[in-house]
Amino acid sequence: MPPALELRGIHKTFGSVTALAGVDFTLEAGEVHALLGENGAGKTTLMRIAFGLLRPEAGRIVIEGEQAALRDPGDARRLGLGMVHQHFTSIPAFTVAENVMLAGGWRCSLAEAVARTRRLGESSGFAVDPAPRVGDLSAGVKQRLEVLKALAADARILLLDEPTSVLSPPDGEELLRQLRQLKARGVSSVLITHKLREALAIADRVTVLRHGRVAFSGPVAGQTAESLATHMLGEPAVPVTIRQPVPADARGEVVVRLEAVTVSRLDAGGSGLTDATLRLGAGELVGLAAVEGNGQRELFRVIAGLAVPMRGAVHAQGPVSFIPEDRTAEALLEEFSLTENLVLSQRGTAPWVRGPWVRWGEAGARTTELIAAFGVRAPGAGATAGSLSGGNQQRMLIAGALERRPRVLLAENPTRGLDLKAAAEVMRRLSDAARDGVGVLVHLPDLDELLGLVDRVIVLYGGRVLEVAPGTGREEIGRLMLEGRRP
Amino acid sequence: MDLDLLTGFLASAVRVATPLLFAALGETMSERGGVINLGIEGAMLAGALAAALGGAAGGVWAGAAAAILAGVLVSLLFALVAVRAGADQIITGTALTLGAVGLTGAINRQAFGAAGVGLTLPTFPALPIPGLSRLPVVGQALFSQSLLTYLGFVMVPLSWWLLYRTRWGLELRAAGESAKNSRAAGVQVTRLRTMGVLIGGGMAGLGGASLVLAQVGTFAEKMTAGRGFIAIAIVVLGAWNPVRVLGAALFFGAAMALQFLFQSLGSGVPYQLFLVLPYLLTLATLAGAWGRTAAPADLGKEESEG
Amino acid sequence: MTARAGARRWALRLAPVAAVAVGIAVLALALLVAGYDPGLALGALWRGAFGSTDAVLSALLPRAIPLITIGLGIGLAFRAGALNIGAEGQFYAGAVAATWIGLLLGGWPRLVAVPVVLAAALAAGLAWASLPILLRLRFGVLEVISTLLLNFVAEALVSWMVQGPLQESRHVYPQSDPLPLAARLPALPGTRLHLGLALALGAAVLLWVFFRYSLPGFQFRATGSNPVAARVMGGVNTRRVFALALGASGGFAGLAGGFEVSGTSFALFQSLSPGYGFTAIAVALLARLDPLATVASGLLFAALEAGSSAMQREAQVPAVVVWVAEAVIIIAVLLSDTWRRRRAHAVVEA
Repeated sequence: MPPALELRGIHKTFGSVTALAGVDFTLEAGEVHALLGENGAGKTTLMRIAFGLLRPEAGRIVIEGEQAALRDPGDARRLGLGMVHQHFTSIPAFTVAENVMLAGGWRCSLAEAVARTRRLGESSGFAVDPAPRVGDLSAGVKQRLEVLKALAADARILLLDEPTSVLSPPDGEELLRQLRQLKARGVSSVLITHKLREALAIADRVTVLRHGRVAFSGPVAGQTAESLATHMLGEPAVPVTIRQPVPADARGEVVVRLEAVTVSRLDAGGSGLTDATLRLGAGELVGLAAVEGNGQRELFRVIAGLAVPMRGAVHAQGPVSFIPEDRTAEALLEEFSLTENLVLSQRGTAPWVRGPWVRWGEAGARTTELIAAFGVRAPGAGATAGSLSGGNQQRMLIAGALERRPRVLLAENPTRGLDLKAAAEVMRRLSDAARDGVGVLVHLPDLDELLGLVDRVIVLYGGRVLEVAPGTGREEIGRLMLEGRRP
Repeated sequence: MDLDLLTGFLASAVRVATPLLFAALGETMSERGGVINLGIEGAMLAGALAAALGGAAGGVWAGAAAAILAGVLVSLLFALVAVRAGADQIITGTALTLGAVGLTGAINRQAFGAAGVGLTLPTFPALPIPGLSRLPVVGQALFSQSLLTYLGFVMVPLSWWLLYRTRWGLELRAAGESAKNSRAAGVQVTRLRTMGVLIGGGMAGLGGASLVLAQVGTFAEKMTAGRGFIAIAIVVLGAWNPVRVLGAALFFGAAMALQFLFQSLGSGVPYQLFLVLPYLLTLATLAGAWGRTAAPADLGKEESEG
Repeated sequence: MTARAGARRWALRLAPVAAVAVGIAVLALALLVAGYDPGLALGALWRGAFGSTDAVLSALLPRAIPLITIGLGIGLAFRAGALNIGAEGQFYAGAVAATWIGLLLGGWPRLVAVPVVLAAALAAGLAWASLPILLRLRFGVLEVISTLLLNFVAEALVSWMVQGPLQESRHVYPQSDPLPLAARLPALPGTRLHLGLALALGAAVLLWVFFRYSLPGFQFRATGSNPVAARVMGGVNTRRVFALALGASGGFAGLAGGFEVSGTSFALFQSLSPGYGFTAIAVALLARLDPLATVASGLLFAALEAGSSAMQREAQVPAVVVWVAEAVIIIAVLLSDTWRRRRAHAVVEA
């Protein structure tokens, strides 16, 4: 039997950046193949090329032994490919059956679509009730629906882009288990992930990308987390421990105090915050460990004064600087200059604000200084924020956050989408800020990274704060995050 | 109010509502696809003039066909700018309406002279349906109308069926809910939206035709007087559902007919009160229901390919 | 790189000029297609706007006053992200208030009466815009829909006023009595050019300074560009910005209605505005929402409007034809902006 999917010599550049430099990739028929790599290693780009969403400058795509010329995802779909994206692509206002019918390209009556959806769900192990509106479903069911939709379109080759990233761990494990069962139906899958454990647990084979090249490709058998990490990073991974823990008695005054704070949820999937009590001292670097949707969004925003508590008291010493997770949506004026973005972040208290007036000359001069001091790669203070790379945008945001001389610094997943070097630099900046006496609260989705960085960890589970005693082990913290109780 | 007056009022309400119904059903198609087209006012006006030109040259059917064509042409321009190029829908629609007012004004003057076409146009006669038109009160209103009004009634279930019972309708509604996710499901969003807009334009043109050929009997500069915008209010009041849009159109028609009635009766109540009632009710409905209604989630959002 | 950036900046500056050129060209084509002599018509248009000192002072500039005033307000609202397309209604609200108050102030000194009339007009425009503000902030109703609908309500209000409470004393014509001299804006002797022009120009300069140098002005721009970031990073109360911007925009349109009644028509009647509220959208867009450029683009559109009357008189071409040019100009500006934005984004994604 020919391989399900072969990619040969794939080249792709974005502007001056080479994303893929001659990548070969083979998905054998009926296997689950993990595609591993750091953020920016090129794994999503590779799969978007395989699905016809991007076109490579060079290289061949062979599907089930036939050379394919993909102009758009429609072509890929006709050849038996299906993609499950990182985020849900269903239409919330439609019912499950309508969504499946839409994605499957079914030309039938709605009643028939309901019956077919039910049948397909039962036979594939991805059963979803056809009747409810998708907007009312939980995250786990929504992600199951995403797979079901691909199967409805008769996909024999599934490309899954970090499908567990939006799921709670039990839901994620369940999804991966079901994925293995699809092999029995003759479905081959590519699982894009940066989680070593996932790759080791369910894949038959693994391909590791590093800086747009294949660093390793072979059977999972014989690989360990350490060996895979080495392929991913290029050198034996060292834990990112930079900071000497601060002795408890050296901690300064309390800069954030939450007393039994309850906040209603800010978005549909989340849990809100319930009776959260918490203290953050000056000079303390505290890590917030939580799976997505367990109240961290609400916790950050209630401290930053962006969400109103329903009950309880919030005391935070200003200035409070907040770096939100989604840079382009929540933090940057993309069409505005770096100077203007700096002026925005400094609010009314900056030295260049006199009464109601802004002295743009002074602000621009300070922006130029900060660009140099933080090593931002930008043509100048007049460059638009949107023209910078993610790492440079984040450098600028951190520069702005620190420029306010904050007492409290809140960093919500500040390394998202950054390469290793930029991420390490961000973590060093946070660590330096704490040493300078700022109370820092940081959330990183990766527990190991978080533990390597911080003095102390608190866990959020189901919107409740769980204190973690000093010396608690990684496994126990993991269990707290996933189940809300100790093993 | 005596019974004859009521019968006459209801009949004129339905007649007045017909152009609104066409335009609003068409706009429902467009908005279900996620496109709000303020240019239907212009499409309607272009349709009205085309109906007058076509009607004068080749009779009522030629007039209706020309009107549909004119409406489609105006909305094709809209689709190119606002859907294909992705420019702001509100401003594009406003601009096209301005342009249509200008162009129809010029052509009207050139074709019919400074005095206008007058009452020389052929019109669709009332076509009483034997038996039913004799029903008390509602008989005249529902069963003694022109062919165009009946066509409007037929369009209601037809549009509903198209939207909710065909694959095309499913894809169109998906495009209106989320262009991005629809694309992920393989829907050709730009093409569907363009089709929705073109249907909307054709229907608006037909609305213009029914205004000229079945209601007023002549053409005048700016004669649609905001009926296209009213149709947009009707779509909102009708919660983007063809059946409820019919109800909303009849309500607006009734309010406009009431205005004539009160003017002719010379009562003390200012007729303008009835004129504004539908708008205020639409606003109140929106205030009560926005967010809970079936407004397409991507309505009015600019979209870019890829 | 700098040569290309320089070229791009020039292209940006020339785009509005090109848009106007395309607009005039399409107008000529439309005239030709409709069977007119474009040379004759455009000649009349030119003479009507610029042909004599009187044309400039009594036809062009008086029409520029409402267009610039409303255009400034629309630019303000659009910059802060509030899509006000109800300027026509707010203009009428201002005109009604100015008429009502003006008729009451016969015996007052002009120095007091005129400011009171204008203040009433401004307040009425603001009040007319406050319902859409409330509907948006309290109930989430899009201001595009609500401001549009209220245009019709305002027109009905005027229709009722001139046939009811404000109808002229003999109750024959659907219009108000003429305003007393005390309530009329001073005009340049022998012309129809009134003080409103100076006020509009002053407002343009103030707004330019506001956006360019003040922190609130910057916060307005930031809100229009990305309201979430303005709130999260800048601590801007974006709901208040929305309310202020839409309210001020209504105030400008209302003030324009006051200018029109107190400076030009001296009475209220039904078709007082030849669509100023809609034309002003084109004015603001052509100016790329910049207050000083709004003055220039307001003058241009006023020239079209003034010239169109002459065109109707001299070449028997209906005045509304110039709206074709306006439509083409708006669309040309939109398209050039859309393409520019796309190119910018293409660079970002790289």
